[in-house]
Amino acid sequence: MIKLKQLESLLQDVDVFEKPKIQFEQYPTSAHIASRMLYTAQSMYDDIEDKIVADLGCGCGVLSIGANQLGALYNFAFDIDDDALAICRENMEGFEIENMDLIKVDVETLSLRDKVDTVFMNPPFGTKTHKGIDMVFLKKAIDISTRAVYSLHKTSTREHIFKKAKEWGVSCEVVAELRYDIPAMYKFHKKKSVDIQVDFLRFAHPDDQE
Amino acid sequence: MRLITHNMLQCHVKGCNKDNFPLKLEEIEIEELEAEFNADFIKSMLNRLDWKALAQTTFSLGIAQLPEEMPEELNDEMLQQLHHILLEVDITSGRMVCQGCNHVYPIRDGIPNMLLTESEV
Ligand SMILES: C[S@@+](CC[C@H](N)C(=O)[O-])C[C@H]1O[C@@H](n2cnc3c(N)ncnc32)[C@H](O)[C@@H]1O
Repeated sequence: MIKLKQLESLLQDVDVFEKPKIQFEQYPTSAHIASRMLYTAQSMYDDIEDKIVADLGCGCGVLSIGANQLGALYNFAFDIDDDALAICRENMEGFEIENMDLIKVDVETLSLRDKVDTVFMNPPFGTKTHKGIDMVFLKKAIDISTRAVYSLHKTSTREHIFKKAKEWGVSCEVVAELRYDIPAMYKFHKKKSVDIQVDFLRFAHPDDQE
Repeated sequence: MRLITHNMLQCHVKGCNKDNFPLKLEEIEIEELEAEFNADFIKSMLNRLDWKALAQTTFSLGIAQLPEEMPEELNDEMLQQLHHILLEVDITSGRMVCQGCNHVYPIRDGIPNMLLTESEV
């Protein structure tokens, strides 16, 4: 398995959004955070190697590409936006990844014939006009997976998420608390960027719990 | 898009739950890729695929004539053929049509478009 440092430096070469679209909350997961999410998933839980992985809202693909570097069997990367998918494809080609495909879809309506093992995502947090999209992503991720879901959520929603996880029959663990620097792409933000508290969460399906 | 992905996708128009898989590939263009052969990959992947749909699809595309049921023992020749089918056939354009509700999902630049219109959600 490659080292965390190596993974992080590889992921620094993943190109990011050219013209981020506000309505889709397009900001990339940093190589720093993405590498730690993925490294934890493989080294502590064996959730990547030889597993089928889905990336919901893949954007430019940093999570999928990282999962591939850690030995994922196959990767399905979903996004709603053509421009994001085009950049993702260039990244895939740059990394010479063969076992991965891109699919244009609204995660809200996505349905698959069979489940995947593990889902990685950095979902939109939801805006004034699109409230609750974070929970839509989370529910879908849990529905289409058999092992685990790795995701980032605002710390302010933690209690709500714990309640929902219980309702949905999955365990939920805060793997790390992060400070997340969201670029000020939103007009109502006066500062250059805003720092928010984010939880890195792991959800596990019952069969996979010790 | 590879046939692996085609094998995972199903129609998700609201209320469509009969004959919604596999989607029929039409007017497609295929690009042949070259991928490194890995027998373990093929075997692991096959455990996750719907063989019937794969056989039906490869037959209708004229790519291969696979047995109706997945053979218990996969010989080298078969593995090579499956390697080609799964990793070296890249569908770059065309469309997928639901046999249940006739919804058309276009494929462009190798990416299937599974978006629905508002009335279908
Ligand atoms: C915060 S970005 C994360 C991008 C990427 N996964 C990463 O970690 O760098 C959220 C992504 O979700 C996509 N997205 C937003 N709403 C979506 C929806 N309803 N269905 C599918 N993708 C969506 C956006 O286009 C964007 O690429």
